[in-house]
Amino acid sequence: MVEATNADWKDQLYDSIKALNITQVVYVPDAGHAKLIDRCLADPEIDCFPLVNEFESVGICVGAWAGGRRSCALMQSSGVGNLVNALGLVHSVGAPFFAIATMRGEWGEFNGWQTPMGQSIPKILDAANIVVNRAETSADVIPVTEASGRLAFNSYLPVFSLISQRATGAKVF
Amino acid sequence: MANETQNRLERRGAVHRLLQDRDPNLLIVAGLGSAIWDAETAGETPLNLYLLGAMGCAVSTALGLATAQPEKRVIALVGDAELGMGLYALATVGWRKPENLTIVCLDNGRFGETGGQVSHSGVNLDLAGVATAAGIPTIRRVSDDAGVDELRAIIMDGPGPAFGLVEITADMPPVAMPIRNGAIALARFREALLGHDALKE
Repeated sequence: MVEATNADWKDQLYDSIKALNITQVVYVPDAGHAKLIDRCLADPEIDCFPLVNEFESVGICVGAWAGGRRSCALMQSSGVGNLVNALGLVHSVGAPFFAIATMRGEWGEFNGWQTPMGQSIPKILDAANIVVNRAETSADVIPVTEASGRLAFNSYLPVFSLISQRATGAKVF
Repeated sequence: MANETQNRLERRGAVHRLLQDRDPNLLIVAGLGSAIWDAETAGETPLNLYLLGAMGCAVSTALGLATAQPEKRVIALVGDAELGMGLYALATVGWRKPENLTIVCLDNGRFGETGGQVSHSGVNLDLAGVATAAGIPTIRRVSDDAGVDELRAIIMDGPGPAFGLVEITADMPPVAMPIRNGAIALARFREALLGHDALKE
């Protein structure tokens, strides 16, 4: 049984990115981000490209900030562990880092291989002194994500907006 | 890959030659460790951004900077092990292809800062080959002064993105410590590049 989700936020996230004056979006794709990625790729004012590994997102976003640009990284929870070491860069230089991660391995997860990262990511990010704002339901996604972005850029902090699996909808095979 | 019989450059002299008569439009991101000392001794400037940690992030940082500042020229100055730790960044540079970015890899085939242990590029890893395979269009292997001069011209005029593999000896010149506080260094960099008001953003 999968809870019905209101998918409007998948369109509205693009408007949030624009409202935050973000002009660069890098991603390791997740199905939950698919619509946002497509819209960013179609926008000539957004420099949008994929990464091999989430680790790259930290350097790219810090480099873009050094050059006067706001960036955002999109990823799935399974890849968040890949960038923990790189997050030392953000702390050391006092740059903002804004990421939107869609959660797996929690709400009704089918694939048990997702649960080790999915269950530990909030604790790992907390231990790494990363601000985590969690959108538990679809109604939370836009306000939580916009507040996370504002916090990151206005307070020069690393901030994750975690979109729960309850909001994205548990993947069914 | 290291070949003990070939000509290799002394690293500091090579970097100083590369950066001689430096253009004010040139920005440098240098990764730990000796690449930073080499850049710092070539001339202190706020337009050098040094990563004294976060090993493997230098090329990605330079990529972000190059795409944000398309009118500037950008170097990622890295050792072979720093590059190796973030090797997949080359694939993303090859995808995005910023024409103003040059990766300069100082390859001594060693983990120089940790005791000179032999590194992958000292045995089996051809980093210029990886860069080629990643789709970076301009590749140079540099082992003499003429090669350094040609690489300098590519850095300033393209075509980029480019990758220069500078084959250096295992010599370890003295440490030249830059500003160690990363927040101060980044603020100075942004002020010099973007103007004072950028600090109020």
